[in-house]
Amino acid sequence: MAAFDPIKTAIRSPRGGVSAAVLLLVMACALFAPLIAPYAYDIQNLPGSNADPSVAHWMGTDEFGRDLMSRIIYGARTSLTVAVTAISISVVAGLTLGAMAAYFGGWFDRAVTAVVDLTWSFPEILIALILIAIIGPGVGSVMVAISIAYLAQFTRLTRAQIMALKNETYVEATTNLGAGHFHIIFRHLLPNALTPVIVAGMLATGDAIILEATLGFFGLGAQPPTPSWGAMMSSGTAQIFIAPWIIIFPGLAIAITVISINLFGDALIESLDIHNHLRSV
Amino acid sequence: MALLSVQSISVSIGQLNPLEGVTFDIDKREILGLVGESGSGKSLTAMCVMGLLPRIGGTITNGSIIFDGRELIGLPEIELRRLRGKRIALISQNPMTSLDPIIPIGAQIDQVSTLHLGLSPEAAKARSLDLIAQLRIPEPAAIHRAYPHQLSGGMKQRIVIAMALAADPDLIVADEPTTALDVTIQAQIIQIMVELVRDRSLALMLITHDMGVVAQACDRVVVLYAGRVAEMNTVGEVFANPKHPYTRELIRCIPRLGQEPGSLKGIPGAVPSIVDYPDGCRFNPRCSEAQEICRGQVPALERKSSGIAACHFSEV
Amino acid sequence: MISFFLKRLLLLIPVFLAVSMVIFMIVHLVPGDPIDNLVQINSSPEQKAALAAKYGLDKPLYHQYAIWLGNALTGDLGNAIILRRPVADLIAQNLPHSLSLGALALLFSTIVGIASGALAAIYKDSWIDRTTMTLILLGSTVPSFWLGLLLIMLFAVQLGWFPVSGARSWDALILPVLTIGLGGVALVARVTRVAMMETARKDFVMMLHAKGVPPWQIELRHVLRHALLPVVTILSLRIGWILGGAVTVEFVFARPGLGSLLITSLNQRDYPVVQGALLMLAIAVMLGTLLGDIIQAAMDPRVRERIK
Repeated sequence: MAAFDPIKTAIRSPRGGVSAAVLLLVMACALFAPLIAPYAYDIQNLPGSNADPSVAHWMGTDEFGRDLMSRIIYGARTSLTVAVTAISISVVAGLTLGAMAAYFGGWFDRAVTAVVDLTWSFPEILIALILIAIIGPGVGSVMVAISIAYLAQFTRLTRAQIMALKNETYVEATTNLGAGHFHIIFRHLLPNALTPVIVAGMLATGDAIILEATLGFFGLGAQPPTPSWGAMMSSGTAQIFIAPWIIIFPGLAIAITVISINLFGDALIESLDIHNHLRSV
Repeated sequence: MALLSVQSISVSIGQLNPLEGVTFDIDKREILGLVGESGSGKSLTAMCVMGLLPRIGGTITNGSIIFDGRELIGLPEIELRRLRGKRIALISQNPMTSLDPIIPIGAQIDQVSTLHLGLSPEAAKARSLDLIAQLRIPEPAAIHRAYPHQLSGGMKQRIVIAMALAADPDLIVADEPTTALDVTIQAQIIQIMVELVRDRSLALMLITHDMGVVAQACDRVVVLYAGRVAEMNTVGEVFANPKHPYTRELIRCIPRLGQEPGSLKGIPGAVPSIVDYPDGCRFNPRCSEAQEICRGQVPALERKSSGIAACHFSEV
Repeated sequence: MISFFLKRLLLLIPVFLAVSMVIFMIVHLVPGDPIDNLVQINSSPEQKAALAAKYGLDKPLYHQYAIWLGNALTGDLGNAIILRRPVADLIAQNLPHSLSLGALALLFSTIVGIASGALAAIYKDSWIDRTTMTLILLGSTVPSFWLGLLLIMLFAVQLGWFPVSGARSWDALILPVLTIGLGGVALVARVTRVAMMETARKDFVMMLHAKGVPPWQIELRHVLRHALLPVVTILSLRIGWILGGAVTVEFVFARPGLGSLLITSLNQRDYPVVQGALLMLAIAVMLGTLLGDIIQAAMDPRVRERIK
């Protein structure tokens, strides 16, 4: 299929290949955590708490004696689920809003643009914190907060794409042939604007993983005993003098995942040749 | 001896060889026109003379460029820099983009004379104001303070000319100086340059694709085609007695008053692509007089009854 | 210039109203009676009634908003539920810490970011460029709180060079500034590098070479100056990101400041404090944007023209 060619090209580049392999591994951890993890994530063993990394516990144990590696593998599940779901919602909503704003113009466009510009100047973390202040902490809240925090970015990008396409002759031709608004938006405009938005969404998933971890670190995300990378580090701060690995390994998991997402995203941008489309972001 | 003598220079950029054996010379108080279609290598020739070829990733592989008795090829960059702006100045194609948009116009002219003549800021400013006035720009003091976006295209080109004159150069290379301007402004700018050459005993290398400009302003003309010199002669001879079929076609393409409507036609065919130059004479696919020899053998650039030309069939 | 400043300031008023409205709505959107979100749990009905009267809770929402905003603008942000002190006092106490951290981090990001971005662009494809690019990748992908924790482990716990946490002495600022700084440096360096490489391709740069201007002068006086325009734009747009970084980093380093105040009160559901801290952060973001606009207008005559 032609649609997969850029992905293939991206994977063939050295960076793209390595980062794709790492991402597959992380996704496998998230999907098959019970099969891959050597221990259950919630089995406590207080005598064996804060143990150094060893053959039995490759990454050591935490303050309750739980196997850190197992918790990190399960943590991938939480992080990826939250980030991917939130960004997917955000991308779909952003595509719809942005396309409608650009296509219909007028007061609707002005209203959408005003709200987007307003939220644009505020950092995502602040928007997420405001939302969590309203809906309260928890995994679901974090998901909602992240998807709203990134909505402005995708709306803005989609709108810019559609504005550029709108005046092209083939759209005019279709309008003259009597096609309905939704037909034009969904059959002609959106498919052409889709690629840059999806790539931006992929890159934003990396940022969303960090945002999820940050909120988790603040104690506003997944509640114990559900393992989440951010919350694990938060509880690790109390053991920073005796068991630094509780902080090091989950952070490393985040860093490696996010770096891979970025490298693969860059490779994809290169193979699709869409640098210019993404410049506004 | 000519002020500038370019002898048989060839240029390569990566795998491409956009110039081959380009030869011409310019004397003091002379305007030499360099004509050709886009892609013929006119601007590259200007880059060679300015010593700016490495900036666009090109190298001169062959030939010599002698300016005022001094070989420019192989001269260290620092020496070239002392010539640039001081003895050889450039007037670029697009005045809209050749001025720094966020620096006042005056400062950009002053820069040249402080740099090359070692003038104090005050003296440089006085000199720039004087130059602006000489170029018949009203309100020099206001213009000196203005920013480029506040000026029209024609005004900007005059500023670029002032910038070129700021250090009193011997040679000015003008790369299509009027292409980006309105027709009425074009004539004014050409007029200004002709007067400058006369008043300041400058030499001017005027690059253009417009045979009308050549007829109006130049003393001699070099015709370039696909990276090679087709012909060089005085303007009078070129128009009266063109030696190369390409020159003849160029002249035929000049619109004339009273011409029958619809009778004006371009040269058939297109300029060959640099990646796919034809063998032999590069003009042969478009030439109505081409023979077998034109397809197989490169015509040498030879002295003819007047001027030089590169055609197997031009009369001696 | 002054009229430009006033015009920008006027433009911020609707933004401020919109943001403050959202922040005001927090206590009403949270499930439960708004009054319960504003008072201590064991308050007497009389205390509740007094507060309800003060905030006009029996009046329509827009009226309540007007009362709240009027109070806030005159410095009355209500009382903290847990800490039992006026919110304005808490903010006055925490704001200087956040300001010094934010300003230093901004300064550090700008200077180091521009310098490394410019060097990377001038020495493109050299080891300087590659090192900068790697730093940019790390700076934009490593979570700042993790970086902060790593710095604490290395420089505070292992080497003992700096305090682990708090804000008792000036050297307690260094690790937090570095933590926020890496992200900021990455952002600024990336924009500077790309902008310089793009500017270097412009016609006027070739013209400067043709004028015989020495290359270092071209890079510093012309190309870098142009590259700074997008840097200022990005910085003014993203000044909030640096403040956002401050929120995280204050929490990690257990420093006093608006960020840790906000996170702590969020966890304790101390809504008056949450509202006050969010309002201050939002104002800081808006003022940062304004500052960026002004710097931009000072640097680019074309921007000044557009405003007139």
